[in-house]
Amino acid sequence: MRATRIILRRELGAYLRSPFAWVIAFVLLLIDGILFQSQALAGEQLSAIVLEKFFWTSSGIAMAAGLLLSFRLISEERQNHSLVLLNTSPVRDAEIVVGKFLAAFVFLGVLLVLSLYMPLLIKVNGKISGAQIIVGYLGLLLIGSAALAIGMFASALAKNQLVAGVAATAMLFLMVLLFPFAKKLGDPVRPILQDLDLWWVHFQSGFMRGVLNLKDIVYYVAVTYFFLLLSVKALEAKRWQ
Amino acid sequence: MIRATNLSKYYGGKRALGPVSFEIADGETVGFLGLNGAGKTTALRILACDLRPSGGSIEIGGVDGVAEPHEVRKKIGFLPENPPLYQDMVVSDYLKFAGELRGMTREELKKRLTEVLEITDLTDVASDIIHTLSHGYRQRVGLAQAIIHNPKFLILDEPTRGLDPVQIVEMRNLIHDLKQSHTVLISSHILTEISQTCDRLLILGKGKLLGTGSEHELATKEGEIRQITVTIRGGSGSDADFRPTARTLLEAVDGVSSVADPYDYGGGTTFVLSTKRDCRAEVSRAVVEGKLDLIKLDYARSELENTFIRLVGGVDASN
Repeated sequence: MRATRIILRRELGAYLRSPFAWVIAFVLLLIDGILFQSQALAGEQLSAIVLEKFFWTSSGIAMAAGLLLSFRLISEERQNHSLVLLNTSPVRDAEIVVGKFLAAFVFLGVLLVLSLYMPLLIKVNGKISGAQIIVGYLGLLLIGSAALAIGMFASALAKNQLVAGVAATAMLFLMVLLFPFAKKLGDPVRPILQDLDLWWVHFQSGFMRGVLNLKDIVYYVAVTYFFLLLSVKALEAKRWQ
Repeated sequence: MIRATNLSKYYGGKRALGPVSFEIADGETVGFLGLNGAGKTTALRILACDLRPSGGSIEIGGVDGVAEPHEVRKKIGFLPENPPLYQDMVVSDYLKFAGELRGMTREELKKRLTEVLEITDLTDVASDIIHTLSHGYRQRVGLAQAIIHNPKFLILDEPTRGLDPVQIVEMRNLIHDLKQSHTVLISSHILTEISQTCDRLLILGKGKLLGTGSEHELATKEGEIRQITVTIRGGSGSDADFRPTARTLLEAVDGVSSVADPYDYGGGTTFVLSTKRDCRAEVSRAVVEGKLDLIKLDYARSELENTFIRLVGGVDASN
């Protein structure tokens, strides 16, 4: 745990120093803001619907942020040779992965908090409950953390950042498109694949509408854990290659 | 003590190292010498527990490096070929980070950081961001991270790579100072660097251990070895690629035991010959009779160079 804390602190410092992280935050918040404005001003609508639309676009923003923040985490260090410092220190691979993941997660959290003014505007001007906002944001954090873990896995596998970025995007798209793809299949594969989908079942039908289901939380935690575990195994495997 | 037993490493199906076995006693400074691709970096990365071996075992300070790499890493400081630097960090913060990773407390770090900055002559740039430093300073920061936790064993892979002559001398002096308190392993293909720094040499060639001992012991073991460097140009009427013919001619000269792969130098092609006696006359005659132009003929340089060429030339010939 001590090493995780040390790595987390360094990574957070790197985010603060890195223009890349701030550019990502700026661009994504700008896009989120523009989309929100176009939805909020698109005629007379129920405020709950406007909030749903906000979470719909923000889930894409959270996934994009997750990918952009994570695909460089290990591949960049491998490319810059700095990974050797971690690899030859008495630090376990799991501590490296968790430390880096938590730092990216904290940054993602900050980014999401900075978007909070938009649902608050809806609340001030309309009729929505605070709980609906909290549930939606919990969903954004969870879907973002799953995207982070997927990006981390691609980063642990790839030799360079470009490959990691492409692989992470492909994996994320695959996870999001499982639901429409599964529609074309029959039982018993269809329900299994649909339940594994990253967005449609667990976010769109749950968190986006302000519905809190334990199974959705468990699903995102499980996806995050699974890909972080794969990242640890990928790092371990690299030592044998 | 460092003990490697039947250590080997394969990348895919290709053998990069071994099996090799060697021992390094506490307090020794040992040089890994070999051409590029000889397996030096692979051996050092395995000893630093960065890579897992495909076979064999390593024991460092009484701990099994394959079964307990975590414990071994606490005893080791490693400077790889490319220093593992975070370019965006300030030098002192980076060294604190490296120390903390190795389990040092803040109090220990506070005291040790000042010492290490002085040892590596980095005090003046302690507050600078790493990417603003020159190559020589970056190499020193790399060395500083390797010694920050005062490890018993220090592994340095090509520590003078890319440095200018002044920086090379400074780095060599630094390593000399570190020898007093650490067991040091250095890899290099620069013979003078190794001969001036190390007590003992391990000569690697194509993944195999070709010889071990002090410079003098190796030379004695291999017999009195001399070296002739001959630079040749294709004469009028000779083949465009005269190298194979020239090599055959030189190998046939009485007294020449091996001929290393030629390289182009000074407007001609240079062959390095290992010989057991001074056979310059026979070599020059063979070149002229082979209708080739003799540009230059040098005889016997340093003892280590001769030994190295002889050992490496031997493995080239056997492959």
